[in-house]
Amino acid sequence: MVTLVLPRLAARAEQRFQRAAAVTGRNVTAARHFGYWWVLVSGFFEPVLYLLSIGVGVGALIKSFTLPDGRVIPYAAFVAPAMLAASAMNGALAETTMNFFGKMKYLRLYDGVLATPVKPFEIALGELMWALVRGSIYSVAFLGLMVAMGLTSAGWALVALPATVIVGLAFGGMGMAIATYVRSWQDFDYIMVVQFALFLFSGTFAPAGSYPLVMQIVVQLTPLYHGVELLRGLTTGVLGWGLLGHTAYLIAFASIGLAIASRRMAVLLYK
Amino acid sequence: MVLRKSLADLSYPRVRVLDVSAAEPLIAAHGLVKRFGDFTAVAGIDVDVRAGEAFGFLGPNGAGKSSTMRMIGCVSAPSGGTLRILGMDPVRDGPAIRARLGVCPQQDSLDQDITVRENLTVYARYFGISRRQARQRADELLEFVQLTERANDKVEPLSGGMKRRLTIARALVNDPAIVLLDEPTTGLDPQARHLVWERLFQLKQRGVTLVLTTHYMDEAEQLCDRLVVMDGGRIGAEGSPRQLIERYATREVVELRFSDATLDSYLGKLEGIGERLELLPDRILLYADDGDLAVAAVHERQLRPSSVLVRRSTLEDVFLHLTGRTLVD
Ligand SMILES: Nc1ncnc2c1ncn2[C@@H]1O[C@H](COP(=O)(O)OP(=O)(O)OP(=O)(O)O)[C@@H](O)[C@H]1O
Ligand SMILES: [Mg+2]
Repeated sequence: MVTLVLPRLAARAEQRFQRAAAVTGRNVTAARHFGYWWVLVSGFFEPVLYLLSIGVGVGALIKSFTLPDGRVIPYAAFVAPAMLAASAMNGALAETTMNFFGKMKYLRLYDGVLATPVKPFEIALGELMWALVRGSIYSVAFLGLMVAMGLTSAGWALVALPATVIVGLAFGGMGMAIATYVRSWQDFDYIMVVQFALFLFSGTFAPAGSYPLVMQIVVQLTPLYHGVELLRGLTTGVLGWGLLGHTAYLIAFASIGLAIASRRMAVLLYK
Repeated sequence: MVLRKSLADLSYPRVRVLDVSAAEPLIAAHGLVKRFGDFTAVAGIDVDVRAGEAFGFLGPNGAGKSSTMRMIGCVSAPSGGTLRILGMDPVRDGPAIRARLGVCPQQDSLDQDITVRENLTVYARYFGISRRQARQRADELLEFVQLTERANDKVEPLSGGMKRRLTIARALVNDPAIVLLDEPTTGLDPQARHLVWERLFQLKQRGVTLVLTTHYMDEAEQLCDRLVVMDGGRIGAEGSPRQLIERYATREVVELRFSDATLDSYLGKLEGIGERLELLPDRILLYADDGDLAVAAVHERQLRPSSVLVRRSTLEDVFLHLTGRTLVD
């Protein structure tokens, strides 16, 4: 039984991945025609500006920060991983909310794709992989900057990179799920507000432990908090079992998002 | 028993496909229904399409042609009845069926962000075709639809006819067993239409099964071996173009125009000539087996039409007879 089923499952998984990769491939082809790389560059600067103004600027006032294990780090080293998480969030959301919505509703790109063997889940997965490519470009650049500024070590930066992918995965999956409920471009204003609120209150500029209790609980339910904690743990080198918890949360968040997105796409497009 | 199946075998479950013997239709619909909420777009149709056949759905706007095509294309689940395509179930085996279909939808769904050639190579990848094969196939198909010169242009500036040809080329990228064409030539100029017809005819000669919808009688007569006339979600008649004309129209038709505005007053005066009269907004159609005899009879009654045209009857007349309407929008 197992010998019959396993190869078949493996082949099916490989086929799914190949179809998703074809969707990603389409985006790579399209990006070559756009001045798309400029869009990428501009997206990179936002977190850098925050890092410089708040991390370095406010850091001049606060000077240092004491980690749970007693080590003292500069304030900029405390803020930088949060900016890294926020940039992974922004990169993933830009691709999976607005761009995904535009492709689905205005370009009607997926109408053509669904006439092929490719299924909604595979489209969602392919778009998510593309969002991760974009997000990872930001992350690599930002981690490079952190190493250059002495805010983390090269070794920890390498460990943090895959973690940024997990953060991107979580926001990308959920972004797509949300995009399937968006009615018009105006709705993106709401997404923007939520995104900014997350950016401010996810233990970004001050430890979440310093918030009032109710807020602490709320914050712990939101995904950016887990992203910030995960990346901060890694770039400052403070490891603990909690990091696994954050990772599990983010992966669960991504899976739920992906499942909702593909189901909703089927409802919207298989009419 | 082979334990390991290759990927290609999985994407095309040939075992089931092989069940389709020559006798079994490639597409079999029985009592097929499509509802959108309370509205019934397709109200129980029976259709069998056999291998190698060119089959047409003829009908006015809103007849339910596209709704039917989308169900056959496995992108829209039937609301009732049964549908089997290539011996498979469209709901369960959607991907396997779609792997062997080529679809040219009513609205071009080309990718505006990439070039003409890339539209074909990217699309080929969705079928799991290798990059190298995709490039080769794209070049062949661009040649086939005469777009080689525009290969590296974006899609946006192409004319309507070129976009349509590209959509048709894209539908052929996976070398499909069945090609679904929803109004392949609507909006094209006569030259472009003839080019498309010629290509579709070539496909048919290669043994590809064609299923198309159209508003155009001449298109249906040119391309279809068999067709159904659809109206209001139902099938009014079915047969070859010749059979339908023989069954529902006389051999010839006389088109009479009168310069005075009150056309209907002539109906009574023409009573008895030919087999049947049909009043259109701008003319009266007189169905008769011998048109010249009928015209002579008209003149005998001292009627002076401003123009007289005797022609062979067409599918348009069949349609008019079946639905009481002309097909032109
Ligand atoms: N997604 C949908 N939701 C609701 N109603 C629909 C939908 N798609 C089609 N309809 C309705 O179903 C009916 C049949 O539409 P369909 O597109 O199948 O007609 P058609 O024969 O292709 O017409 P045309 O020649 O204009 O293309 C129309 O009245 C249309 O308004
Ligand atoms: Mg239609």
